[in-house]
Amino acid sequence: MIEVSNIQKSFDGNPVLKGIDCTFETGKCNLLLGGSGTGKSVLLQCIVGLMKPDIGSITFDGTVYTNNKVAIRQEIRRKIGMLFQGSALFDSMTVAQNVEFPLQMLTPEMSNEERRDRVEFCLKRVGLENAGPKMPAEISGGMKKRVGIARAIAPQCTYLFCDEPNSGLDPATSIKIDNLIHEITHEYDITTVIVTHDMNSVIEIGEHIIFLHQGKKLWDGTKDEILNVEVPELKEFIFSSSLVRAAKRVDDEGGLAAITDEHGANI
Amino acid sequence: MFTIFGKFVLFLQSMLVRRERVAVLWQRTVDEAILIGVDSVFIVAIVSAFIGAVTCVQIAYNLTNPLIPKATIGYMVREMTILELAPTITCIVLAGKVGSSIAGGLGTMRITEQVSALEVMGINSTSYLVFPRMLAAILMFPLLVILAMVLSILGGYLAGTLTGAMAPQDFIEGIREDFVPYNIVFALIKSVVFAFLIAGISSFKGFNTTGGALEVGAASTGAVTNSIIAILIADFVLAAVLL
Repeated sequence: MIEVSNIQKSFDGNPVLKGIDCTFETGKCNLLLGGSGTGKSVLLQCIVGLMKPDIGSITFDGTVYTNNKVAIRQEIRRKIGMLFQGSALFDSMTVAQNVEFPLQMLTPEMSNEERRDRVEFCLKRVGLENAGPKMPAEISGGMKKRVGIARAIAPQCTYLFCDEPNSGLDPATSIKIDNLIHEITHEYDITTVIVTHDMNSVIEIGEHIIFLHQGKKLWDGTKDEILNVEVPELKEFIFSSSLVRAAKRVDDEGGLAAITDEHGANI
Repeated sequence: MFTIFGKFVLFLQSMLVRRERVAVLWQRTVDEAILIGVDSVFIVAIVSAFIGAVTCVQIAYNLTNPLIPKATIGYMVREMTILELAPTITCIVLAGKVGSSIAGGLGTMRITEQVSALEVMGINSTSYLVFPRMLAAILMFPLLVILAMVLSILGGYLAGTLTGAMAPQDFIEGIREDFVPYNIVFALIKSVVFAFLIAGISSFKGFNTTGGALEVGAASTGAVTNSIIAILIADFVLAAVLL
């Protein structure tokens, strides 16, 4: 479990995070939801240690991360796997070498054979057993995301962070990636935090959702509760999509409703 | 100016704390030595051979006084090559080739979040990415400068003899005349200092790139420009202090 307490962060005097308190639960897909510029990615970067918050603390399973000793932070970092928005695969390495890299660096006691087995297992787990010898430039965006997930889980991470895992992907591939993250979260009982503004992800895998707006946490709950919330900012965010409005009407009326625009007219 | 220098010092310091394992760093250094050293042999060979040739021809063109022995041409080629042309011109060429490559490579890694990926894994990114590049440059530049010295003098010999400016024995006599071994040591010290400056400045510029592709290009250009200026200043300081 990750606990975030009163996190504040500002850039050049502009507050981006205004005292966020939240908890990310173990064995669940925790979604950080919000529009562009609401501070989701900044909060994620503060949690993983790529940015230092101005005020506040972050605790990983009871161990304080912020302002702790370098060795302790290093130890926590080695339990973190992260899928970046652009996948962040190392260009100069093959897919297999990318997955093997954290094992080489973090677990020197592993033999070459054990490492190879682990790489094969991880690539198979994400459905890329034949992509090992390929270079990142030779594979599609969806495959890169899956390699990113394989690299993140290779050292048997305890915490998985995903920064907009669906960006740049078609809806079908997005759902596959979402489901893969969801399966892995439950399979290995890890704490997964996903930054997204994709309502499909919310509906698909949103077990615990935290909604951020203008640097503040306005709501948290589950995907079953989100369609009936009364927080105006969240309602505006969710129902800006005609598809979600239609889904809501289907849900309310128990039948297929017409898709309407914001004035209620049929589209 | 002082702020940037302070940041540069902190950047170099961060590379030495929480270092990665020696085996990992050594493997990375070997890989970088191939990119920085072996891949630069061709350009260094071409530049140094022609500079030696041109130096010889131009000295021969200017030394028309019959009272000055022809061997002086060989002597001047050797002195100019060892003291200045081989270390300084070679390193200026390398600032363009190696400096832009280091800054561009690290800048691209930074904007595509590859550096962040390393940091999230708990790896000291400066130690893993910058230290091997600097070590490889410090190891390979003196070797490239020695190669440049040899090829430059050879170029001068070939140019002098093939154009008929002088007899081969005159050139040989000139390059053996009043030889001071310390000049070689001085040239190698210069190459080590220039290697440190080029790799350090280029890594610093690349590592601190923010933005997109345009900024990576700007970082590469800045790395080359600043490296060349630093080389010229260091060249003067070293000459004043060590000669």
